[in-house]
Amino acid sequence: MSLGSGSWIAPLRRFVAAISLPLLSILIALLIGALVIMIDEGSPLEAYRALFHGAFGTQAAIQRTMEKATPLIFSGLAVAFAFKGGLFNIGAQGQLLFGAATAGIVGYIVTGLPAIIHVPLSVLAGALAGALYGAIPGALKRFRGAHEVITTIMLNYIAINLTDYLATGPFRDTTPGNIVARTPLIEDSARIPVLGDAPGIPLGFVLALLAGLFVWWLLARTTIGFEISTVGRSPHAAQYAGIRVTAIVIVTMALSGALAGIGGAVETLGIFGRYQPGFNVGLGFDGITVALLGKTHPVGVIFSALLVGAMRAGAPQMQFSVGVRPDIIDMVLAIILFFIAADLIRRWLVRRRGERVVEGEEIMLSTGWGQQA
Amino acid sequence: MEATLPTTAQDNFFYRHRLMVGLLLVIGVIVAVAHSQEPRITHAVLSATLRQSTPLVLGALCGLWGERTGVINIGIEGQMLLGAFIGFLVNVFTGNLFLAVSAGILMGVLLGLLLAFMSVTLKMDQIIGGTVINILALGITGYFYQQGLTTQGKLQPLPLGPLADIPLIGPVLFNNPPITYLTLFLVGFSHYLLFYSRWGLRSRAVGEHPRAADTVGINVYLMRYVNVMFGGGMAGLAGAFLSLEAVGTFERAMTNGRGFLALAVMIFGKWTPLGSWGAALLVGLTYALNTQFQFLGLGEIPPQFMGTLPYLITIIVLAVFVGHARPPAAEGIPYEKE
Repeated sequence: MSLGSGSWIAPLRRFVAAISLPLLSILIALLIGALVIMIDEGSPLEAYRALFHGAFGTQAAIQRTMEKATPLIFSGLAVAFAFKGGLFNIGAQGQLLFGAATAGIVGYIVTGLPAIIHVPLSVLAGALAGALYGAIPGALKRFRGAHEVITTIMLNYIAINLTDYLATGPFRDTTPGNIVARTPLIEDSARIPVLGDAPGIPLGFVLALLAGLFVWWLLARTTIGFEISTVGRSPHAAQYAGIRVTAIVIVTMALSGALAGIGGAVETLGIFGRYQPGFNVGLGFDGITVALLGKTHPVGVIFSALLVGAMRAGAPQMQFSVGVRPDIIDMVLAIILFFIAADLIRRWLVRRRGERVVEGEEIMLSTGWGQQA
Repeated sequence: MEATLPTTAQDNFFYRHRLMVGLLLVIGVIVAVAHSQEPRITHAVLSATLRQSTPLVLGALCGLWGERTGVINIGIEGQMLLGAFIGFLVNVFTGNLFLAVSAGILMGVLLGLLLAFMSVTLKMDQIIGGTVINILALGITGYFYQQGLTTQGKLQPLPLGPLADIPLIGPVLFNNPPITYLTLFLVGFSHYLLFYSRWGLRSRAVGEHPRAADTVGINVYLMRYVNVMFGGGMAGLAGAFLSLEAVGTFERAMTNGRGFLALAVMIFGKWTPLGSWGAALLVGLTYALNTQFQFLGLGEIPPQFMGTLPYLITIIVLAVFVGHARPPAAEGIPYEKE
């Protein structure tokens, strides 16, 4: 550490160290992806050029990338936040659906409000719906000992059915000629705008960044954040220390659900303008990937959501102009996740330098799996 | 703290499984009454129950063989999906169903090997390891799937001689395609292996206290590798069931969350083969009833409400009747040899 004597060199070194391994992982994964494309008799260079162009090539593309990343930041934060509390929230999908549907309903049913009130109201409605839906598995776990992995999986299926019912039944779009099950278009006053001229920065994306900041602050700087991570590490120790574990578990799940719910709400209010069943499927599960890629750290979640969002934004162009299927993205993501989690590169570098392999700040999420909180 | 360590399944079998035994009795009576009133529908519901439960119980067996030795497997979904896909492909190109099913199983075993490598050798977080497998499977099957490929036949029911002629029970239990029989065998075999064999005892020791197991000379790594691969084979078989026996073709993401549902079934069944089977049958029954209700059309009830039934019942049964379940103590924790 003798090199890092200057006041700015040490943080810079740390930053480079933190960023270089993920970048190397991405590079290796892209190379393996290129191999697959070549075996399939495609041109990887052209495919990746199209992918990059579709994600960052134009201002419209950059906006699309931010739009794709936005719900992923929210669902990723939701899953990561629950992980910090020792809970595996597979149910982000269901919470997100309820957030999306509720925001869509409040967005069209309430009229005559100025945007400055209508937008926050609709977003909060989505957050509340997600929070309530997220609190259920937390309460079931504490009061009835029902494992949250089971209950959140079941609640996902229930959410798909119930939100489908809302859009087909009581809140269906009855515009003449409409045959699709969906809610009516939201009022203009409920629309989350894009900042700046036509291709600009979606306000929802800014909200997502703020949410990341909020989660970091909550976990790192507040008492309740400390209690949440204490419960996450050991519910028994937390109980012994006088923390009300039941309340904390339910609050953790509710906040996690609220984050997912806002993700759905922003998707409805900022992108689609209505709730339509089937539009938001998969975002919650992608949240698990994003949370793990980001090592459950809020900043990591934002970066990994941007990565996944960029790939999802660029994939259509890759398919359209080069004919490479977007599914290659999932393969590449799996490989990135593998390399980041396995820490292979760092181990290899360390071994080359002849040093002892020191187990770094590795994350262990699965130890929380069996804990009876 | 009664009966915290599942040492043998024998001690007070009926007491320890009083819930299951009671449930079975009630279901038996209901089935008998239903059969006397509506034999055709009863048969349809029971067959559908068995059909729906098959991939779930296979997935649950996959999960529990891993977890009993201390390896959490949330990649069951991916193992099933790739198993279904490879089985389908081999059937398309060879037309041989036996080869196809074997290929599906082999795929599951290979993915089990990958999971074991990640979690045992690389000591990666097991949740991440499973997620890697899930995304990988989604990517590979989506990328290489070509529309327009058609299978050459699917597995047909094999009536088991005179057994198939028993009223109700015969057509439901003894007139099934081969993977269904194999699954029933695997449930019993897993139960025997886990609780009555040296291998099972060692596996459980490794899952509860790997250090102690290591001390008495059990190879912790080897046990974990073999059991996770064994489980993977069953997940692959579940995939083959979907593409070669139940549906007869492959569709994108055709597992549709069954791997996760299987995880729920495993926990519901308290990490035991018989318990998982019971849980899978219960979930299968709710699916079957749901289909039947939708078919019959129950007046004013929206179909979406009916659609929530299987999941709602699972939550209620879990929250009201089952409660706390104790997972193997050492699961999720990579073992570090000293």
